[in-house]
Formats: sequence, C-alpha cells, structure tokens
Amino acid sequence: MNHHDDASRISATIGKYQSELLEDWVANLKQQMIRFDAAAEQATRRHCSQLLELMCSALRQGEIDNIEGRGWDEVRHLLTEISQERARQGSTPSETAIFVFSLKQPLFTRLRTEHAQKTELLADDVWTITTLLDKLGLFTVEIFQKSRNQIIARQQQELLELSTPVVKLWQNILALPLIGTLDSARTQVVMENLLEKIIETGAAIAIIDITGVPTVDTLVAQHLLKTIAAARLMGADCIISGIRPQIAQTIVHLGVNLEDVVTKATLADAFVVALERTGAAIHYNKAGAKG
Amino acid sequence: MDRIPILRMGDLLLVTIQVDMHDRLAMTLQDDLTNRIVQDQAKGVLIDISALDVVDTFIGRMISNTAAMARVLDATTVVVGMQPAVAITLVEMGLSLPGVRTALNIERGMALLGKRYHE
Repeated sequence: MNHHDDASRISATIGKYQSELLEDWVANLKQQMIRFDAAAEQATRRHCSQLLELMCSALRQGEIDNIEGRGWDEVRHLLTEISQERARQGSTPSETAIFVFSLKQPLFTRLRTEHAQKTELLADDVWTITTLLDKLGLFTVEIFQKSRNQIIARQQQELLELSTPVVKLWQNILALPLIGTLDSARTQVVMENLLEKIIETGAAIAIIDITGVPTVDTLVAQHLLKTIAAARLMGADCIISGIRPQIAQTIVHLGVNLEDVVTKATLADAFVVALERTGAAIHYNKAGAKG
Repeated sequence: MDRIPILRMGDLLLVTIQVDMHDRLAMTLQDDLTNRIVQDQAKGVLIDISALDVVDTFIGRMISNTAAMARVLDATTVVVGMQPAVAITLVEMGLSLPGVRTALNIERGMALLGKRYHE
C-alpha cells in the first residue's frame, strides 16, 4: 500500500466535498452538544473549517501515518489552540475528542459515494482515516490534560502566595494566620515572610495561629518548630495559638515536643500574653462596661 | 584585617562582625573574647552579626561555642541582628543555637542584658 497515494486521494476527496463535509460535521456536533448558542456555533464552525483546510494541505504533503511530522505542524498547532481554549472554558476531554471524532461519519459517507464501486479502496481509506482521526483525537486529549495541569500548577502557585499573610496586630506584635496544610514549600514561604516582616516591623513577638491547619502530623509540627527556631534566632519569640482539641490530642499521641513553645487555645489568649510581654495592658472603661 | 575588634562598654563587651568570617578569624575571635571577658570582668557579651550574610556549620558552631564559653566565665551572650537567610540556613542545618540569647538589634540586645544584670 502506498501511503503517498492514499494521502493524496483522501486529500482530494476532502477538497472536493469540503463545504458539504463542514455542514455535516457542524450539524453532527450540534446534536451532541448540550449548550449550543450562536456564539458557540460560530466558533465551532470556524474551528471546523480551519481544521479541514489544514488537514487537506497536510495530507497533500503525503505524510499520513506520522502526525508528529513537520507536515502536520499547523494542524497540531490549531488543535492545541482549540484544546486549550476548551480546557479554559471547562469542557471535558471527551467533548474535545468527540469534536475530532465527529468528522468520521460525514467523511465516511462521502467516501462511500466517491468509491461506490471499489470496495477494497473504500475499506483501505476508511481504515486510514480512522487511524488518522484517532491519533488526532488522542492528541487533543493529551493537550487538554497538559493545559489542565498548567492551570492546576498556576492555581497552586497563587494559593501559595495568597495564603501566607503576616499581619501586624500591635506594636511589636505580629500574627501569622496559617490556612491549609503546611508542606515544605509553604513552610519555606511562610518562614521567609515572617522573618522579613520581623525585620521590617522590629516585632518582638509573633503569634502563629493554626486554626486553619486541618491536620498536624510530625512533619507539620517539625516545620512549625523550624519556623519558631528561625524566628528565635532573630530575637523574636513565638506563640502558637488556635490549637483545636483534636490537634492537641494528635500532638500528644505523636509525641511531638512542644514543651519549649508557649501554646494557647485561641488567638485572643495569645494576644493577651503578647501584650503582657511587650509591657502593654488592656484597660476596660467603666462607662463602657456592661452592667 | 586579621582580627575583629572587641569594644568595651561598662561591663559589656561589644563585638561587631563586619567582614566575611573565615575559620581562622573565628578562632582568633574566640581566643580574644574569652581573654577579654576574664581581663575586663565582663558580665555580658553582645555579638552583632547583622553584616554577616553567609554562614556555614563551622561559624554556626563557633557562635554556639562562644556563648557556652562566655557562660562558663559568667557572662551572658546575646547574638543580635541575624539576617533572615542566615536564620533559615542555621535552622535547616539543625543548628538552632539552644542556650544562646538572641535579639533583633543592638538596642534590644542591650535592653535584654541590662534587664538581666539588674535583676
């Protein structure tokens, strides 16, 4: 079987019926999609016609069994674009794959009319096109997965930056409300932020509030202790607050040693201790007190 | 510069490290400092490392040792002005300097030593 001949023959068929193929393909897609407004239809139609065009020219170059080849560069580029756009819009990978697979039926119908008398040729072409479109479909799934991973990685990065604020509570007192699980990368960011802020504000006491930390295992505890040790080296004391009952139990069961660290149940308690240590005091006005 | 100056302020000794520490310099400092503590009958030692931006295990250990030696000679050591990067490095190396007092800057360190001395 000569690939080159196959390719040019299929390319000719597509070229011949291009507009009909496009109509059928879009109609096919229309049936399968749940949401299909005018804007989506227009976008889909544009993608379909571009893809047909590019496939035609790629096939003309004769490479049909290797979509990684240079002849398919433009097709791959377009599919990447489509996949990424769909990933951003939140459609599933199978929807994107179906977009490519839906071309099969209209194309096979045209082939049947074209090679009505030549069964062998028909079977050959059907097989070639099936293989080709399957490859292209899988390619979109791959790209979809890749762009999904990129989105996840970006969100993780954003989360990392968002979730480690260091706030100044009072003169010489900082608070570090931790939200979410502490892993090594986050501890590093938290530690750096805290130390920078200590220098910046000249704080003497930092309250680390772990109300938002879902679980404390030995690793998390070790990370906490490291942060506290680093702050101490810079001359700032740390108080851990917001320890929930379950976490207190876990800490003791795990045998984590928090003896050297001042711990308080709530941020308010820790704040009072911090005020005392810095020499400040809270004074209630009699007039304002409730009788 | 082959040694780090040690300044006397009342019964405190002030050491400001403003050059890159290398091992021999550290050993000389340790020697000089212990001698001066005895000679001046110092009660407190302030080591300012705010200009130090690189540490290794040797320097870390030397700081820790110096504090221990001063304690034996009945002087309290306060290390002041440690940079965040240095603090992180020391902690990651497992040298959290237990027994060494720390303060954010010279002023705080002085206050700390004054408070302890007058108690």
